[in-house]
Amino acid sequence: MHIDIDDIAKDFGTSTALLPVSLSIPSGALVALLGPSGSGKTTLLRILGGLEFPTSGRVLFNGQDATGMTVQERRAGFVFQSYALFRHMTVFDNIAYGLNARPRAQRPPKAEIARRVTKLLDLIQLPHIGGRYPSQLSGGQRQRVALARALAIEPRMLLLDEPFGALDAKVRKELRQGLRDIHDETGLTTIFVTHDQEEAMELADLVVVMSMGRIEQIGRPHDIREKPATEFVRDFVGV
Amino acid sequence: MSDFTVAQPRPLPARPTKFRRATEESPLTRVTLILLTVGGLALLVFAPLLVVFAEAMADGWATSVASLGNREAWSAIRLTLLITAMAVPMNAVFGIAAAWFITKFDFRGKAFLITLIDLPFSVSPVVAGLCLVLLFGANSMLGGWLVAHGYPIVFAVPGIVLATVFVTFPFVARELIPVMIEQGRTEEEAALTLGASGWRTFRTVTLPNIRWALLYGTLLCTARAMGEFGAVSVVSGKIRGQTATMPITIEMMYNEYLSVAAFSMAALLTALALITLTLKTVMELRLSDQLSATRRH
Repeated sequence: MHIDIDDIAKDFGTSTALLPVSLSIPSGALVALLGPSGSGKTTLLRILGGLEFPTSGRVLFNGQDATGMTVQERRAGFVFQSYALFRHMTVFDNIAYGLNARPRAQRPPKAEIARRVTKLLDLIQLPHIGGRYPSQLSGGQRQRVALARALAIEPRMLLLDEPFGALDAKVRKELRQGLRDIHDETGLTTIFVTHDQEEAMELADLVVVMSMGRIEQIGRPHDIREKPATEFVRDFVGV
Repeated sequence: MSDFTVAQPRPLPARPTKFRRATEESPLTRVTLILLTVGGLALLVFAPLLVVFAEAMADGWATSVASLGNREAWSAIRLTLLITAMAVPMNAVFGIAAAWFITKFDFRGKAFLITLIDLPFSVSPVVAGLCLVLLFGANSMLGGWLVAHGYPIVFAVPGIVLATVFVTFPFVARELIPVMIEQGRTEEEAALTLGASGWRTFRTVTLPNIRWALLYGTLLCTARAMGEFGAVSVVSGKIRGQTATMPITIEMMYNEYLSVAAFSMAALLTALALITLTLKTVMELRLSDQLSATRRH
């Protein structure tokens, strides 16, 4: 799905999280929102997912105005920084949650749900953990389950908030490749937030560098490294 | 030749110095504290409890049980159970609503609202009862209208329920707020992004996460609701066989020198509270297990 962000701004009471920013994301792209904390990158992601509403501006999905669309209607697969797995449910029930939450008429039969969950567990390469609880999983496993849960609803886009933030360096490298593979396999427009410039440069097709609620530069990793547009970008990507 | 000498280990002192952990008190302090606690508990809690049960049994089991069998006592027991059965569910719903509102939304005046929820803890129950009489009594506009239409509040069951609800209001909300703050909003947000409606999110995500705290708060609320005296005594009018709850009946019997009857009912009320507290303790163990099992790393 092709996403347009048209002059989106966001105030939280007295503080400004986002100045008007505009951005066009082509269908099927893997995009990194890169910036230090407080740069407004998470706010922008949450606005896309329908978890926050912008103070002004519009969001367009495939050219259609989606600004007022509810979080449920958006069908965005959202992966939270802390994973937000349902702690009282097994991994299986976590992944099946979105399918079970559908209105009765659109809900797949039990056997079909089980088949899809099994397929997703295979996709994240954890086929045998369906019966476990989130507290029994390692950080990397939790992250992959959160990804599977988001993919189960057949999302129109994938939004990830610091997906590798809480993991150690080795697991992080593995999961990076995992996300790349899943993106290439599903062809979903994928946007992830990170403060790690190496992660952004290595994984993304398109990097959006943000600072203080502004977009500093949009470009392919190579261009940003070679031709930083502002002093901030030069500093932040460390060239 | 070497220019330096190797330091010889000094001989160890014959007896190793005794070290005390920084947080550890001297034995004297410890013994004093333990004695104070045990002595205080014995004098203020265990002794009165024993006396209640001993006095109830003064003329033997049979007399004690028989004293609970008369019409008046029976009506008091039924009324107290009825009031509790009405007030506790109401406070459970109010408590969930208040805790939900306070923890899931950001708004101005939040601290003030939390203080307001605590108000029944700091206001004297008698004052609360008087407020209800002023508001709903036959002499007020609202109360006069209600009485004229056949719905008396004061000196009737609705007034007792209102008074009990007021006094026990903070228990459920107070238990839930810290648990819900600790758990944050992200699980609910995750459910919403997966397409669940607000009600479904509450039923399948919020409620299971707070169920032990909710039960715990409800039990505390129950114990307090059964024993409430001050506010209820003002609004109930103490009509025998109609609006006299267990605590009020105990007082009336005691004032009439019906010592065995008064203490028998007091023993029954105490037993109900002890059962509730036992349940609460069992719950507490489960709760702490659950918290440690599900705590995020």
